[in-house]
Amino acid sequence: MTKLVKYTTNDFNLASGKSISPLEIAYETYGKLNKDKTNAVLICHALTGDQYACAINPITKKPGWWDILVGKGKPIDTDKYFIICSNVLGGCMGTTGPKSQNLITNEPYGLNFPVITISDMVKSQVLLLDHLEIPKVLTVIGGSMGGMQVLAWMSEYPDRIKSAIPIATAAYHTSQNIAFHEVGRQAVMADPKWHEGKYFEHNTSPEKGLSVARMTAHITYLSEVALQNKFGRNLQDRAKKTFSFDADFQVESYLRYQGVNFVKRFDANSYLFLTRAMDYFDLISENDGVLANAFNDLNASVCVISFTGDWLFPSTESKKIVHALNSKGVDVSFIDIESNKGHDAFLMDEPAMFKTIRGFLEAQYVK
Amino acid sequence: MSNRFDFLIIEEMVELGSKVLDIGCDDGSLLKMLQDKKKVDARGIELYSDRVNLCLEKGLPVVQGDANFDLEMYPDNSFDYVILSKTLQSVNRPRDILEQLLRIGKKAIVSIPNFGHWKVRLYLVLNGQMPMTPSLPAKWYNTENIHLCTINDFLSLCDEINIKIIKSVALDKNGAQLNFANRIRSVNLIGEQAIFLLKKNND
Repeated sequence: MTKLVKYTTNDFNLASGKSISPLEIAYETYGKLNKDKTNAVLICHALTGDQYACAINPITKKPGWWDILVGKGKPIDTDKYFIICSNVLGGCMGTTGPKSQNLITNEPYGLNFPVITISDMVKSQVLLLDHLEIPKVLTVIGGSMGGMQVLAWMSEYPDRIKSAIPIATAAYHTSQNIAFHEVGRQAVMADPKWHEGKYFEHNTSPEKGLSVARMTAHITYLSEVALQNKFGRNLQDRAKKTFSFDADFQVESYLRYQGVNFVKRFDANSYLFLTRAMDYFDLISENDGVLANAFNDLNASVCVISFTGDWLFPSTESKKIVHALNSKGVDVSFIDIESNKGHDAFLMDEPAMFKTIRGFLEAQYVK
Repeated sequence: MSNRFDFLIIEEMVELGSKVLDIGCDDGSLLKMLQDKKKVDARGIELYSDRVNLCLEKGLPVVQGDANFDLEMYPDNSFDYVILSKTLQSVNRPRDILEQLLRIGKKAIVSIPNFGHWKVRLYLVLNGQMPMTPSLPAKWYNTENIHLCTINDFLSLCDEINIKIIKSVALDKNGAQLNFANRIRSVNLIGEQAIFLLKKNND
């Protein structure tokens, strides 16, 4: 069952200057912490992920989002490592977010939730490590928005990590990435059931809008080749086109399914706040235009992973991170994995990635 | 990789506890050896991802990259030694790469297969075709070795771009060391490969 840790005594100060109180962090752990506390692996989830990294997700009854990578005998081996995964700040799976109760107004925060950043998320994870009494994790790992958190750890809390594995990510959100997110947010806000974020007062939710947001985003997570291979122009359960706007094509049906399933598990306002946090992420501007300065105090080993078919967070962005780390003499490795699966490759069956993570992690563990 | 006599020569050239970058580090065998025996701070660049993974398993920090494009990311004098072992002949611009090596490294170690070896010469003379040898087995049209040179060619390039050769070792086919002094002509004839320790002349 999800564990909860609650902080009420101190205000949790955010990058925006605002603060949150109380702050609750929902998290899961797998495996056992060893006596020397040297086997902790912190997993940071992506935009729509949650704390259920592996085993069966008790809510969806499906395997956790990284079950393919994390578990008994798997590259992130639960027999060997103590794995921690928390729901991000601003999320909707138990950690304080827009659907949490605002103690001042006695109703959910909604749009009154403060705009949060990737740094704020990481700051909350630091509290969790303190709570678990873990001074230093063996590694912090994550893909996409999870990778942004990994980069923030490297930059802001270098003493708390022995190694780091940022995957399919970038040191800043590109203009195109912000553009896609804006489309998603506008879709949510255009839904009349959104009610300026106060849908909870009307006992409804902007499911159509959020579903369209998810459909658009999902396209960006795949690749043209992946879509073409999987669906081509195949028709969905029919022999002929219907000359209507029904989901004639398999790809339409698939996207609708993705959208409908997503809204069952995700809060629309959370989607707005988390996409915003990604948009605001920019380690370059935060370091006077020089990315390398983000890693001045970093003494950890870093393994950067990208995928050749990822056009949302392309390999070139990972290379910028590698260049910056190199220029600071950081112990950095980099692998650009051949894949046509698109951005979501990091969530899928990619044996080369498994090999990289297993090999790197084992080497760090014995070091 | 079993007959890498050049590795032993390279090991002798590297000082204990130094910082080393191996360009084209393959499965990391050389770096691992230098790490174990010479306690070096080892880094590598390798073009192919499966080989990068073999390095990561050995605990070596290796960046997947291309010597033709990715050397620029390293700051000046950031390594004690930059090693290019049997890779110079396959890069686009060997001269530029040599200069990059000595920008990044205080010293460079370069090993080359010798295209001046008598068997290579004889092959061309007798067959009238581009030479193929056990160590250079590919056809002219599909070889990665696009810039093969002889020991003499290498020496004159170093001279031309003001690189000082601190040490040079040639090996015959059995890995036996050949004496360089005053015998360049014969070394260039019977040496199968050569290893050079280099630095900038003005240092």
